Amino acid sequence: MSINATLIGQMITFALLVWFTMKYIWPPLFDSLEERKKKIADGLAAAEKGQEEMHLAEKRAKGVLKEAKEQSSEIVNLAQKRANDIVEESKDTAKKEGERLILVAKAQIEQEKQQAKEGLRKEVAALALRAAEQILSAEIDKTKHQDILSKISNQLG
Amino acid sequence: MATEVHAAEGATGYIIHHLTPLTVGEGFWALNLDTLFFSAVLGGLFVWFFKMAAEKATADVPGLVQNFAEMLIEFVDNQVKDSFHGKNELIAPLALTIFCWVFLWNFMDLFPVDILPLVGSLMGIEYLRVVPSTDLNATFAMSISVFCLIIFYSIKIKGPWGFAKELMFQPFGPWLLPFNLLLKLVEEIAKPISLALRLFGNLYAGELIFILIALLPWYIQPALSFPWAIFHILIITLQAFIFMVLTIVYLGMAHEDH
Repeated sequence: MSINATLIGQMITFALLVWFTMKYIWPPLFDSLEERKKKIADGLAAAEKGQEEMHLAEKRAKGVLKEAKEQSSEIVNLAQKRANDIVEESKDTAKKEGERLILVAKAQIEQEKQQAKEGLRKEVAALALRAAEQILSAEIDKTKHQDILSKISNQLG
Repeated sequence: MATEVHAAEGATGYIIHHLTPLTVGEGFWALNLDTLFFSAVLGGLFVWFFKMAAEKATADVPGLVQNFAEMLIEFVDNQVKDSFHGKNELIAPLALTIFCWVFLWNFMDLFPVDILPLVGSLMGIEYLRVVPSTDLNATFAMSISVFCLIIFYSIKIKGPWGFAKELMFQPFGPWLLPFNLLLKLVEEIAKPISLALRLFGNLYAGELIFILIALLPWYIQPALSFPWAIFHILIITLQAFIFMVLTIVYLGMAHEDH
């Protein structure tokens, strides 16, 4: 029960234990705790950042998609307009071509008419000539009146 | 069995036998071998366990041993952060050592009172007191060490003059200097004494009650010793905790400069 030298021995033991704990036990364990705390905090921060980035990317993707849709509808509109234009244009061309063809046909007809007229005239002239020849052959020398005949034939033509 | 042996000497003999330490030497230079031995073994156990955890300490997923060690470290660290606001590398390891060591001392109380003395008597050791905290030497050794630290840090932080001023001029100002001094000295000296006696008293009384229960007939013993042991699980932890927290608080007060 009494105080004796055990006190001193116990104090020495206590000092040694405290020294050992301070030197070899507390620092590594405490450091590993702190490090793990930091690691977890970092991980959480990274996760949050990742989520935020994902949201941003989602938003961006939506924007891009919208833009693409707009663009495509624009393209479709343009194409429709262009198609209309082409149709109109071809209609126009066709009309013009038709008119041109009609004109050409008309010209040809005219030409043919002229030719036919010419032919007819020549034939008539020839016929008239032959008739006159026949009439005249009885009375007139062909060679003698060649001049007059050709003059008439020219007038007819 | 031991009960029967000492029954011849009566209950008093049995109790005295259980509370007598194994001593060598005479007078002040006597040594309580059982106290020294058990506290050293328990201190070794504490250091061994934590050293094992510290060597394998990793910031990745901790193992079972590291987990337990870290739980205690964090617990002690929180206590220190709550009541100590200075910066000191010593306080937290000191608190951890006190808590674990005192807890292990007290834990010896939960061994049945006759087992270790019986083993001792088989080895030819007549007296064996297994709970170091029922030895005033052990509790005073710790509280006096803490007291030395309190004085050391008081002088280191406040300066010799600052500490002296605090002793002389507080709490009632310079006109009541002798009264202040008396009050302060009592306050300071009460710290180690109350620390040591609180722990000693609780454990000594607890051990005494275990011994008294052991004197009863065997068929009554479990009904009493079982609840008392359960209650004691609380006591031993609480006493270790109180010793640690008061140490932190006292050292925190030593660090506070007025």
